[in-house]
Amino acid sequence: MSDVIIEGTNVAHTDAAHGEHHGHEHHEQHFITKYIFSQDHKIIGKQFLITGIFWAVIGALMSVFFRLQLGFPDDTFPIMEKFLGEWAKGGKLSPEFYYALVTMHGTILVFFVLTAGLSGTFANLLIPLQIGARDMASPFMNMLSYWFFFLSSVIMFISLFVQTGPASGGWTTYPPLSALKEASIGSGLGMDLWLTSMALFVVSSLLGGLNYISTILNMRTKGMTMTRMPLTIWALLFTAVLGVLSFPVLLSGFVLLIFDRNFGTSFYLSEIFIAGKALPNIGGSAILYQHLFWFLGHPEVYIIMLPGMGMASEVLSCHSRKPIFGYFAMIISLIGITVLAFLVWAHHMFVTGMSPFLGSIFVLLTLLIAVPSAVKVFNWLTTIWKGNIRFTVPMMFALGFVSLFISGGLTGLFLGNSALDIHLHDTYFVVAHFHIVMGVSAFFGMFAGIYHWFPKMFGRFMNNTLGYIHFFLTFAGAYLIFWPMHYEGIAGMPRRYYDYTAWESFNQFSDLNAFISVAAIIVFFAQLLFVVNFFVSIFRGRKCLTKNPWDAPTLEWTTEINPGHGNWEGEIPTVHRWPYDYKDDGNGNDFIPQTVPLKDGEEAH
Amino acid sequence: MSGLTSIVLTCLVFFIIYQIAKASELAAILRGEEKSKAQTNRLMAWLLVAFFFLGLFGIWECHQYLMDKMLPESASEHGVEYDKMFTVTIVVTGVVFFLTQTLLFWFSFRYQSTEKRTSFFYPHNNKLELIWTTIPAIAMAVLVVIGLKNWGKMTSEAPEEAMVVEVVGKQFNWIMRYPGADGTLGKRDFRNINDVDNVLGMDWDDKSNLDDIVLQNGELHLVKGKPVKLIIGSRDVIHDVGLPHFRMKMDAVPGIVTTMWFTPRFTNAEMKEKTGNPDFVYEISCDQMCGKGHYAMRGTVIVHTQEEYDAWLSEQQSYYAINNGAPAAQPEQEIDSVNVITMK
Ligand code: HEM
Ligand SMILES: [Cu+2]
Ligand SMILES: [Cu+2]
Repeated sequence: MSDVIIEGTNVAHTDAAHGEHHGHEHHEQHFITKYIFSQDHKIIGKQFLITGIFWAVIGALMSVFFRLQLGFPDDTFPIMEKFLGEWAKGGKLSPEFYYALVTMHGTILVFFVLTAGLSGTFANLLIPLQIGARDMASPFMNMLSYWFFFLSSVIMFISLFVQTGPASGGWTTYPPLSALKEASIGSGLGMDLWLTSMALFVVSSLLGGLNYISTILNMRTKGMTMTRMPLTIWALLFTAVLGVLSFPVLLSGFVLLIFDRNFGTSFYLSEIFIAGKALPNIGGSAILYQHLFWFLGHPEVYIIMLPGMGMASEVLSCHSRKPIFGYFAMIISLIGITVLAFLVWAHHMFVTGMSPFLGSIFVLLTLLIAVPSAVKVFNWLTTIWKGNIRFTVPMMFALGFVSLFISGGLTGLFLGNSALDIHLHDTYFVVAHFHIVMGVSAFFGMFAGIYHWFPKMFGRFMNNTLGYIHFFLTFAGAYLIFWPMHYEGIAGMPRRYYDYTAWESFNQFSDLNAFISVAAIIVFFAQLLFVVNFFVSIFRGRKCLTKNPWDAPTLEWTTEINPGHGNWEGEIPTVHRWPYDYKDDGNGNDFIPQTVPLKDGEEAH
Repeated sequence: MSGLTSIVLTCLVFFIIYQIAKASELAAILRGEEKSKAQTNRLMAWLLVAFFFLGLFGIWECHQYLMDKMLPESASEHGVEYDKMFTVTIVVTGVVFFLTQTLLFWFSFRYQSTEKRTSFFYPHNNKLELIWTTIPAIAMAVLVVIGLKNWGKMTSEAPEEAMVVEVVGKQFNWIMRYPGADGTLGKRDFRNINDVDNVLGMDWDDKSNLDDIVLQNGELHLVKGKPVKLIIGSRDVIHDVGLPHFRMKMDAVPGIVTTMWFTPRFTNAEMKEKTGNPDFVYEISCDQMCGKGHYAMRGTVIVHTQEEYDAWLSEQQSYYAINNGAPAAQPEQEIDSVNVITMK
């Protein structure tokens, strides 16, 4: 850190001697401080991204394993035994390990990939660059945030290898199942590791979130008023707010669970007879945990969605060469979603025996949240209307994002209406719904972001052809996998089942299940194409030769192609206009950067 | 196909795709950046259109293929209302779905970049925002009203004349208890449970327990046209009584009692006829993750006519009578009942 001094927004970078073509600091900086324990937000962002990709591959591979079981329950796959050993003796998953895989798949994708991997990457990369700051408010805390995530990852990873297997009670880990070792082998050491890992994860996410919020509020460059911030920043701000306010509640839920598991308390336990004996616990409430869990759990789905929404807004606007439609409406709808996100958690609990009156309130609030979501969709549609659309790879993903968000969002209206949820709850309808909206759609937002900002991260482009192949395989595959699942769910087929063959009511779907599994495997390989493309392009991708390859007006494209720590050489640019001025600048360009002063008589947006 | 060949094949396919991708990138540069960009743009616009129409076709095919695999007509009276409400919601969301997806793909194609085109600077329009805030809000209000009306009915108090059955979940099967001639379910306490002769922990000092009938084969016997109120509980972890044919579902939570009521409309025999499936059964699926045997926690519902039911009931012995005289044995290891597929 000796060579870089960061003193606040408007202090010039002391290390002004960068050569543009070099792409790294002139001064010697040790590899470890530069790439490992780095405090540069851009490096930390990349660390989050690469860790996220690592987890995404593992999580997706797990889905391949359990889809093999679901699609071909009567077959054996010796290759699985190679990977999983004991757990897949003779090439067939054991039910215990099936459940462990499902649980880990959910935990990994929701938390490690689409929370840490997504917000961690883009909040870090984009916040300072787009608001014009040299780094985060506290680069050190930012570094800690990554390393807590890393530690949490290591512990979760270790839990995959313990003898009794990882946690296996579902990613929601409801007690008493998750509280009692007698109830399931995954509720032993695996569950302790799960809880430890998740507790560290919460710490990481709080350190990150507080930092993102304070950076956005305090470190904007001159002229960068709140209403001149790109929507990505607004989205990341609310993502962080959601996390900061709800993760502590989750942590409290976990702490109580740890107490019940290890110290004989009865927060969640009451009147239980298990493994041949009655437990002494009386008076606890298993439902209390669900309230604490979903008080985070629901905001969590928006923590996953909002960054994608922000990035899709940015990408749609940029590649249609047209301002985002309804900038203020977009911000207001973000606020609406953020506030309502805290008030709908119990829609996951309609059939827990909760008071029907309370249920009604949650129905009302849940369907209310559809309104700001609808506004966003209409605004995106109007953004591309009469645009001049360049179908770059990020644009394709942003369009796919909107399509999937619509498809997945609409099914939320079924699940949020308690009278319909009473049949659909915990069926494949739910699996279809949340995969489309927060699984694939959020992933599309993330892909749009990665393809769009890859040149900013690495000074190179990803391979376009591979990008298009990746897009179409994933887009088609996502619909092929998840669309038919709605039908299964409407037919009542429960989720989290290892085998349906013994069920008269559900075994008519065996062909369909096989079809879905094949599609899932193809989609998995399509994701590997992306991974290969990503890593090869870091070193061999086509070089980005201009500072602003997409002709975007936002600040990150005013930095050098490979900005050093501190982002701008010399002074930080001053901002004069909003980030969506896609109009004729009088010199043949169809956009005006935020750094260009208003012309005489030009109206500010 | 052995594991190794499939791995080799996959790698090969990968390698080929990768080479093609690299080559096409080079070709693009040779052809001239601008020209190839324009070509790609046109290609992508067409591919998206193709995707849209293939997608519509796929939806149609999927529907054709799956429709006759869906649930038969609702077997409960609540369910009839349920199905109506479901249809309304499908129509509302369906219209929105086709409208917005069509606009998305149409705009994409229509406004693809060409040399002549410049975009229309159109940053906002408050009237439009107002319109598309109000319309969804009204649509939501309609759905909420329909929903809450049905929700109110489904969760209302069961009618006086409803029969009462207790359903208790345990890893991994269902235990049913009928109140017997006195019409009252006796007291029970989890501390009295043993798997030999008191699976529900019934308190034998409570006389109303003496005629209670306990079924451990997972069968729930009901009467056509007669409302039934289920008193739901759990011995160990959370389970869920899922009745897809009746469009109902309720968690079984240890430590608390939950309830649900409904009125069956068709006997098993009628349902066999309706579905044309001689093997038809009403199944109870556990719908809350409860451990390794969750997927096999199966019960069945048998809907009788009143006469059949009376005949069936008269054959049942009370749990007390079955175990009467037997000394309270030491609780043994868990005995899973017949319908559990034993693992390991
Ligand atoms: C290759 C793509 C994917 C496939 C084929 C897939 C498949 C599945 C299936 C079939 C289940 C249900 C298993 C069961 O209930 O027995 C499931 C569960 C789940 N998946 Fe995925 N999934 C994919 C990607 C994702 C993504 C991107 C996310 C991120 C949000 C995700 C999150 C979850 C969650 C939270 C669960 C619930 C886990 C639980 O029940 O505890 N999945 N997945
Ligand atoms: Cu929710
Ligand atoms: Cu279960």
